[in-house]
Amino acid sequence: MEDTGTTPGVLTAKAAGLVGCVQCGRVNPAGTTTCGRCGSQVSTRDETSLQRVWAWLFAGLVVYIPANIYPMLRTQILGQESNSTIYGGVVDLLHHGSYGVAAIVFIASIIIPVSKFIAIAYLALSINHRVKLSAHTRHKLYEVVEFIGRWSMIDVFVVAILSSLVQLDFAASINPGIAAVSFALSVSFTMLSAESFDARLIWDADGDDDHNG
Amino acid sequence: MSLETTGDLPDLSELIACPNCDALHLERDVAPGDTAYCVRCHAVLEAPRKTAMTRIIMLALAALILMVAAIFFPFLELEAAGRMHRSSLLDTIMAFSNGLTAPLTLAMVALIVVLPSIRFIALIYVLAPMAAGYPPARHAEWAFRIADHLRPWAMAEVFIVGVAVALVKVAGMAHIFIGPAFWAFVALVIVTVLKDNFMSRLTLWKTLERRRAS
Ligand SMILES: [Zn+2]
Ligand SMILES: [Zn+2]
Repeated sequence: MEDTGTTPGVLTAKAAGLVGCVQCGRVNPAGTTTCGRCGSQVSTRDETSLQRVWAWLFAGLVVYIPANIYPMLRTQILGQESNSTIYGGVVDLLHHGSYGVAAIVFIASIIIPVSKFIAIAYLALSINHRVKLSAHTRHKLYEVVEFIGRWSMIDVFVVAILSSLVQLDFAASINPGIAAVSFALSVSFTMLSAESFDARLIWDADGDDDHNG
Repeated sequence: MSLETTGDLPDLSELIACPNCDALHLERDVAPGDTAYCVRCHAVLEAPRKTAMTRIIMLALAALILMVAAIFFPFLELEAAGRMHRSSLLDTIMAFSNGLTAPLTLAMVALIVVLPSIRFIALIYVLAPMAAGYPPARHAEWAFRIADHLRPWAMAEVFIVGVAVALVKVAGMAHIFIGPAFWAFVALVIVTVLKDNFMSRLTLWKTLERRRAS
């Protein structure tokens, strides 16, 4: 089956000239655009997939920059206002000795978003370029990216909770900063980017790869 | 079972394409309790469970009730310098309601309350008639697609971790009291995770199609 670009021994719906549904698994006849079982839009492969992946990824990257520069939290204690960015918030937590929570925020707001940008870009590039990782590993990577993306939203929720809870007039008040908006947008855009990815493309390029079976 | 050549293609209704890698498999009846995996990418294809439908409906109903409780009961209370401030889930959501951050309010309402609730309602709408032995409701396919698309955007469990982090942040400056709504919300998260574990998408789609036809 080498000529059709599939793993030896396994026939795909595409290679058989059929249209598989990624929603319900139904196999539709060639040329079908609406799945006969679930009514989803179906195509042999989503050709615009990669364009949308890159567009959302780029948008997410652009709004991630202000999210890190502008304040996430504006804290007022006894009339004194101080602003803290995402990174500043992590440093504050470290100063208070809350290492575990500092780690959670650092991972959710910095490590996960950055590695997500890299992982999605890598997966998108791997479709048209030869890469080291096998289809199996890349498929795992995609599942991780899909699963973990939403957890970046933690810091936005923290800001919302603090802002509603700490409203003691003069004594102390906490308000959200503009970075909360751009950070929430960044997380959403990268989630959309991951969702736009047609995971079947990972396996198509996997023709005569020997480390899977 | 997978196929190797185009020569032995049976009728299309007897085939399944793996949603992850497009590998064709011969449709076979998977016994309740068993799990069918894709031969190529090892993703779970089907995992029928006995009474799965009833369980999903019960859990979705429980989740809806918990959601109502979580919204209306006091969520968290804070005491500092002799002053009390009580905050409900709605207050938390409305925290972004002034100034430049106003659009976030809508997003928060959606992520924490609206989208999870729509998912629960859609699942009940799809499964309840079938569990009771009736044919699927009108537009059940549409409702099930919505429920599936919303899954990553319903962020109740992420919110709970956010609450935990926020509590640690203010622990030094004030006394915090946890209200009943907080526990309702924790229960809601547990119920949601349980429910999603019972769901086997392909199996439910097949059931829906079979019931629709009969
Ligand atoms: Zn379908
Ligand atoms: Zn597969």
